[in-house]
Amino acid sequence: MEEEGKRALILVGGYGTRLRPLTLSRPKPLVEFANKPILLHQIEALVDAGVTEVILAVSYRAEQMEQELTAEATKLGISIVYSHETEPLGTAGPIALAKKHLTKSTKPFYVLNSDIICDFPFKELASFHEAHGREGTIVVTKVEEPSKYGVVVYDKNNGIQSFVEKPQEFISNKINAGLYMLNPSVIDRIELRPTSIEKEVFPQMATDKQLFAFELQGFWMDVGQPKDFLTGMCLYLKHLRTTDGERLYKGNGAVGNVLVDPTARIGNNCQIGPNVTIGPGVVIEDGVCIKRSTILRDATIRSNSWLDSCIVGWKCLVGKWVRMEGTTVLGEDVIVKDETYINGGQVLPHKNIATSVPEPQIIM
Amino acid sequence: MMLKAVILIGGPEKGTRFRPLSLDIPKPLFPVGGLPLIQHHIEACASTPGLKEILLIGFYSVAQIQPFVNDMQHQYNVTIKYLQEFVALGTAGGLFHFRDQIRSGSPDAFFVMNGDVCADFPLVDLYNFHKSLPSSCNSKALVTIMGTEATRQQSLNYGCMVTNKESHEVTHYVEKPNSYVSTLINCGIYIFSLDVFQTIGEIFTMKQEEYYKIGNGNKEAGNLQLEQDILASLAGTGRMFAMQTSNWWSQLKTAGSAIYANRHYLQLYKTKHPERLAISEGAGEHCSILPDVHIDSTASVHPTAVLGPNVSIGPGVTVGSGVRIRESIILSEATIDEHSLILHSIIGRGSRVGRWARVEGTPSDPDPNKPFAKMENPPLFNKDGRLNPSITILGCSVSVPSETILLNTIVLPNKELSRSIKNEIIL
Repeated sequence: MEEEGKRALILVGGYGTRLRPLTLSRPKPLVEFANKPILLHQIEALVDAGVTEVILAVSYRAEQMEQELTAEATKLGISIVYSHETEPLGTAGPIALAKKHLTKSTKPFYVLNSDIICDFPFKELASFHEAHGREGTIVVTKVEEPSKYGVVVYDKNNGIQSFVEKPQEFISNKINAGLYMLNPSVIDRIELRPTSIEKEVFPQMATDKQLFAFELQGFWMDVGQPKDFLTGMCLYLKHLRTTDGERLYKGNGAVGNVLVDPTARIGNNCQIGPNVTIGPGVVIEDGVCIKRSTILRDATIRSNSWLDSCIVGWKCLVGKWVRMEGTTVLGEDVIVKDETYINGGQVLPHKNIATSVPEPQIIM
Repeated sequence: MMLKAVILIGGPEKGTRFRPLSLDIPKPLFPVGGLPLIQHHIEACASTPGLKEILLIGFYSVAQIQPFVNDMQHQYNVTIKYLQEFVALGTAGGLFHFRDQIRSGSPDAFFVMNGDVCADFPLVDLYNFHKSLPSSCNSKALVTIMGTEATRQQSLNYGCMVTNKESHEVTHYVEKPNSYVSTLINCGIYIFSLDVFQTIGEIFTMKQEEYYKIGNGNKEAGNLQLEQDILASLAGTGRMFAMQTSNWWSQLKTAGSAIYANRHYLQLYKTKHPERLAISEGAGEHCSILPDVHIDSTASVHPTAVLGPNVSIGPGVTVGSGVRIRESIILSEATIDEHSLILHSIIGRGSRVGRWARVEGTPSDPDPNKPFAKMENPPLFNKDGRLNPSITILGCSVSVPSETILLNTIVLPNKELSRSIKNEIIL
């Protein structure tokens, strides 16, 4: 039976407005997280777990995305199917829409929110799901401040009892991690209309005692907005240190966990890190200090600049003696003039910044 | 022909708007264009033919001023004396008190210069102008005031003069009027004939009598203000004149004006003292220079640093690799570590700025689009009680940690900072 591969549905959804201005140039799943498109982190982990067909639920036609992913799919030896929503269907609707793909076999399938970065436990999830034998499994992760989230309450056998939105009194510190394994039978519980899997489908399954919780080990982050993108990158690089430390940069000026594409060039007397990702073709000139930041492909950081907590978009040019901090995000091809200061700026693509932006603001 | 000059330098209780820089060094000795403020006065005097003696009058202690005086005598080969007032006597009170010193040797005339102005001083022109004034037997010119044009609005902060366009006689004088009088203002630079002491003496006696008879003065007996007490009463007598100049001139009231004054003195060096300006010699062991820049010969600047425009680097300063400094004054023995950026700031003596730090202020230069606009000297705080953005000033021996930013911040001396600071005064 194993020759028939598994399937996964990834809820890509809309325009990725929370990650603007980066997503004005590139669909969110293709924005590089730690030098690899967010979506590829997920697809590669799924392929490792034996998935052969990935269904992407998208609510807009994304030719650029399809084009780039076709090449990756060929490389990985899988097929990628696009399930287009003509109207936003929420988190459950896309499952009903993709019914014909998901019911090709009777095997359970994976469902993923597209912004999640973690040490994906897909094999263990499959074993756990098979072992309890019910219709669905939700991956749960521990958070420090559960009152900000919806928490999952389950018994000692991991059978889910209920979901509580933003609990005022402590009841659980486990939240839905946005990763599921579901039997095809779950599709029959979902109507083809805009509907929420968390609010409309899972509570009913819990009542029917058909839903179990799988506890995620290690780090987890929804990287759908810039602040969390950077936090997620720190966690990812720390994880990389323990699992595949050889991939981290050890060149001159490296401090802590740093990931540098081999085609990037770094000048003398720099201090890079901790927690920095530098993309392909990036040029870092002499005397630059970068901390807790992502520099995307083909950007240039000129000499003696200082960056902390920034995302620098593709092909940007950051001048000499520039200071940027406070979750500054530069869209594609932004030019920052020498000696300027940007604090918490969100800069739209192709802008020229010639005067300092000392307080957080959006630069149209 | 024999001339003298008097430079009024005030005292430690004055110049408070120049804090925190004046906490450490008497304001008259604060370096602008690499030289103590009043050295520019002394240099202008020393290059005036026939000028034989310079008298500094003020109420700083002798210990604070005398070493400078000795140094100046040596450099300029001219007699310089510091005359210390026992108490603040006012700008004319000091002149009157030391009248015998000024009169001795019978100079043809004497200059009086306020210590807190900066200018391309036209002393020879002023003397020639004064000398050429018609002198009938009882109306010999007593004083010529150097005047300059200001905007209508800014004129209210200065002494305003109304003159006769043909004779240049000052027919009306008001110090800091409440409403518009004239856009011709008093620059605080004068030439006096010795006869002026008779007039000052009469006014002095009158005020003394008032003080003792009526007892309504709350100032010390003997306190005389040159502007209010003397000039205002000489206006319209046919004995006071004004010479208008278009040379650069500015007051130095606040620390913010020091950077503006520095720029102009450096500009003047281009024609008068090119040897005081650093030149960029391209690649090699010299740093990159964007003119105009003054670097003291004892400072050490890394070849990869980029300085200018408008930068003065004091004695014993160390500037590290990859440092950028623009529109700033770095005082003696300060250290600027690698990759840091200094903009519109004054770094105090012996202060240290760590690596990758950004020290930045907001310039308050005169509006370049308004002809005759002068330096605005806004108060520290605005009406809402918030700090007005100003240049950033580090008092002496302040340390700024690596990778921090100081924006529009004033730091009092001997502070070890531990964080980034924006729009604050750090006591």
